[in-house]
Amino acid sequence: MTDHSERIEMNSVPAEVSEKSTAGWRNSDLWFSFKRSPVIVLAALVFFILVASAVFAPVLAPYTPFDPASLNLMNGFTAPLASNEFTGDYFLLGTDDQGRDMLSTILYGLRVSLFVGITAVLFAMLLGVTLGLISGYLGGWVDNVIMRVADVQMTFPSIMVAMLLYGIGKGIIPPDLRDEMAIWVLIVSIGLSEWVQFARTVRGATMVEKEKEYVQAGHLIGLSRVSIMVRHILPNVMGPVLVIATISLALAIIAEATLSFLGVGAPKTEPSLGTLINVGRQFILSGEWWILLFPSLTLLALALSVNLFGDWLRDVLNPKLR
Amino acid sequence: MNRDVLLEVVNLCVEIPTRDAVLRPVDTVSFELRRGEILGVVGESGAGKSMCGSAIMGLIDPPGQIASGKILLSGERIDNLPESAWRRIRGKRIGMVFQDPLTSLNPLMRVGDQLVETIRTHLPLSASEARRRAVESLEEVGIPAAASRIDDYPHQFSGGMRQRVVIALALAAEPELIIADEPTTALDVSVQAQIMALLKDLCHRRRTAVMLITHDMGVIAEATDRVAVLYAGRVVEIGKTEDVLADPAHPYTRGLMASTPAADGSDGRLNQIPGAMPNLVSIPAGCAFNPRCDQVEARCQNERPELRSWKGRSLACWRYSESEEVS
Amino acid sequence: MLAFVLQRVAQALLVLLAVGFVSFSMFQFMGDPVENMMGQEATVADRAALEERLGLNDPIVVQFARFVGRAIEGDFGVSYRVGLPVAEVIFDRLPATLELALFSGVLAIGLGFVLGIYTAIKRDGWLAHSIMTLSLIGVSLPTFLIGIFLIWIFSVTLGWLPSFGRGETASFFGVELAILTWSGFKSMILPAVTLGLYQMTLIMRLVRAEMLEVLRSDYIRFARARGLSPYRIHYRHALKNTLVPVITVTGLQLGSIIAFAIITETVFQWPGVGLLFINAIGFVDIPVMSAYLLLVGVIFVSINLVVDLLYYSIDPRLSFSGTKAKGH
Repeated sequence: MTDHSERIEMNSVPAEVSEKSTAGWRNSDLWFSFKRSPVIVLAALVFFILVASAVFAPVLAPYTPFDPASLNLMNGFTAPLASNEFTGDYFLLGTDDQGRDMLSTILYGLRVSLFVGITAVLFAMLLGVTLGLISGYLGGWVDNVIMRVADVQMTFPSIMVAMLLYGIGKGIIPPDLRDEMAIWVLIVSIGLSEWVQFARTVRGATMVEKEKEYVQAGHLIGLSRVSIMVRHILPNVMGPVLVIATISLALAIIAEATLSFLGVGAPKTEPSLGTLINVGRQFILSGEWWILLFPSLTLLALALSVNLFGDWLRDVLNPKLR
Repeated sequence: MNRDVLLEVVNLCVEIPTRDAVLRPVDTVSFELRRGEILGVVGESGAGKSMCGSAIMGLIDPPGQIASGKILLSGERIDNLPESAWRRIRGKRIGMVFQDPLTSLNPLMRVGDQLVETIRTHLPLSASEARRRAVESLEEVGIPAAASRIDDYPHQFSGGMRQRVVIALALAAEPELIIADEPTTALDVSVQAQIMALLKDLCHRRRTAVMLITHDMGVIAEATDRVAVLYAGRVVEIGKTEDVLADPAHPYTRGLMASTPAADGSDGRLNQIPGAMPNLVSIPAGCAFNPRCDQVEARCQNERPELRSWKGRSLACWRYSESEEVS
Repeated sequence: MLAFVLQRVAQALLVLLAVGFVSFSMFQFMGDPVENMMGQEATVADRAALEERLGLNDPIVVQFARFVGRAIEGDFGVSYRVGLPVAEVIFDRLPATLELALFSGVLAIGLGFVLGIYTAIKRDGWLAHSIMTLSLIGVSLPTFLIGIFLIWIFSVTLGWLPSFGRGETASFFGVELAILTWSGFKSMILPAVTLGLYQMTLIMRLVRAEMLEVLRSDYIRFARARGLSPYRIHYRHALKNTLVPVITVTGLQLGSIIAFAIITETVFQWPGVGLLFINAIGFVDIPVMSAYLLLVGVIFVSINLVVDLLYYSIDPRLSFSGTKAKGH
């Protein structure tokens, strides 16, 4: 099993990234390649717009979809670009069965999706980098234990690990807190399912850095292990870590959407795009297509833009793959 | 025209278009090769030797292409043939030996199968006849117990033995011409001479012409009848090996000789040619060698010298242009 | 050879043991078996007696050993949700998942290889370019969205294929299979395509990348220089060398088909173990979750093992690594 895990590691880890991405990056290959690929510019733009609309959702959304007081069941199933025949209210993207404005629902859903995705990746990164540093720096049995756990986890696809962890999390939390905690359980589950890549990469890089003279010198002048790891080794492994983070973000967003769609993720009271698609799916046969289509397109745009960006970043920073 | 001429290369130019410029790794190269003759092509890495060989094989990787010039095999043009016609020439009429025997054999296929498929591609033989012939050809290149080794995989042979297999493969359909691209460079020094002797001997017996690409003046001295010296994609000197080695005329040839141990047996000191061969994107005007030449004149920097005959050989250098042509 | 096999088998068993321990821990630390069995009115003495009888006071290692022993016998307890033995519930549903996974696996590998080879050989053709662009979208799309769109197009709009369920099944040596009936086969098309699409795209991209790499190699140049036909070069020389690295990843992809089946089964309400698992998570049905984990663990580890051995049998360099090169 070690063979292919090495492969995966190679695929995602450009060792020579760190110098390139920090110094003078306007002259770099990165910037050059960015300007030359219109698709990537578009992907970056779409991602930026989506993030901005998620951040400013409370300002941008024409309605507050989860405030029961503002809902009018009479507005249910209003088609897009048309006024409701009973109330005369206008909804750009129509409404769902409860009379919620789709546009507002999507903006808030996007917010949840991005929040979960980004937080989960940050958590995975924190965990993975820490374990990777410890594993690579200390070596010995600590390294052995961490890497064997990683091996076993790598045997299973991360989405499955996330589902299982979510199930366990749900089992541990008392039933009356489950809805409230669902988002955090989701974040921890996805985060825990993605840490391995970070840990492996950082471990590899740390083992290389550890042998270098400046680290040895640090030992001699009596720096503590923690300070050597954090102040000296960490900055040198951040380049590859950022690449993995971008790729993980795409994975985390899709994982979140999938779990929520399956009903084991974000609760109905705090729906993400996945939850919205799950709701919309019920109306696929009855003809209210907009309830399904608009959240799906949003998720599509989000997943595609992050994926394209991550792919491009990996290709550019890792010439071996071209 | 001499009927004995097998290969004729006339003003061959190979070009590679890139983002910034069009590169010319082979620039107006002309030479000819007679049947049974061994022509050495010598020069530093990047001089265009291998590209020249690939062009004659019709194996230039896109986007590289033959931009102008002609290649004639037994008087017929081959450089403009369609791919299907090329396949009847490659292996059948022109064979090729690559530099690294470790990578030029398919690692997942028994050497016998590789031989048999090559033989059967070109000759109308049954599977068992082809196999018998494969064993013979392995014996011929000096593989001991060929009949039992034929079902081995390449990794079971040593480097020298693998190169023998490669030679057997290149000669399997009895081609008229072999292009050997640095055939001994990747081998142990102790094995190099054996492989060279084998190649020379086999080709001599079959009257196969050889275009021997190398950067090693020692190999040139030992194995070739004539030698062509390439610099920055151009032929700078071409002539009988003994003449050129005894009296190198072009300053670059002399530089090469001086940097080869014991080739001329002089004072035993090795001299380096100052500077490095120009990059393909920045070939100097005039004679490409002028920035490194110790006898550079004004016209060398502006006008490009053509190949002219001089004392039975051809030479592209202004210093020899007029004065000697009379003699 | 034997040492290699033994080493791999030992490794596989270790992984399984680790998975078993996670599965055991779920039983142990979540859900209180005593409470589940006795209800809340039980007296302290009753509880103590039952704990003793269940062996809950024994050291963890002993309990784990007992758990492993029971698991080997196929005893995973009773599902909280449906009140039936877990093993029975799972084995009842396993054929549905396996036939779906196999069908889409064959689809993914077949198409993945064909398209991968095609796009590598015709790398500059417009069709190859279009396939590659489409595949990028295929990789980025979440599986469930693909499923929903397929339902939308082929069930709702065109009305060609059923949108959910497994159709009729027919018995084959006592196993109920849908693929044997027309309605079952029709029901399987959309789920199988959904499930296989992602894997197919990955396999295709991988085959293409490896094939391009191989086509650049010296031995392919040498094969061309010997005048071999393109057919021979592509299919006898390049393809086999492409296989070596591709098999590993493809094997693992097949493993993840089982994982992604959870999603597909939910979208299409396909009555397999994946759907069972999702429902179990929803109801925190610990015995089903833990048994499913073990089952998947066994499947994955076996696939890994088979892949390792296959790899070994394709590449002669591995099986001969003990013998030294002869000759000079």
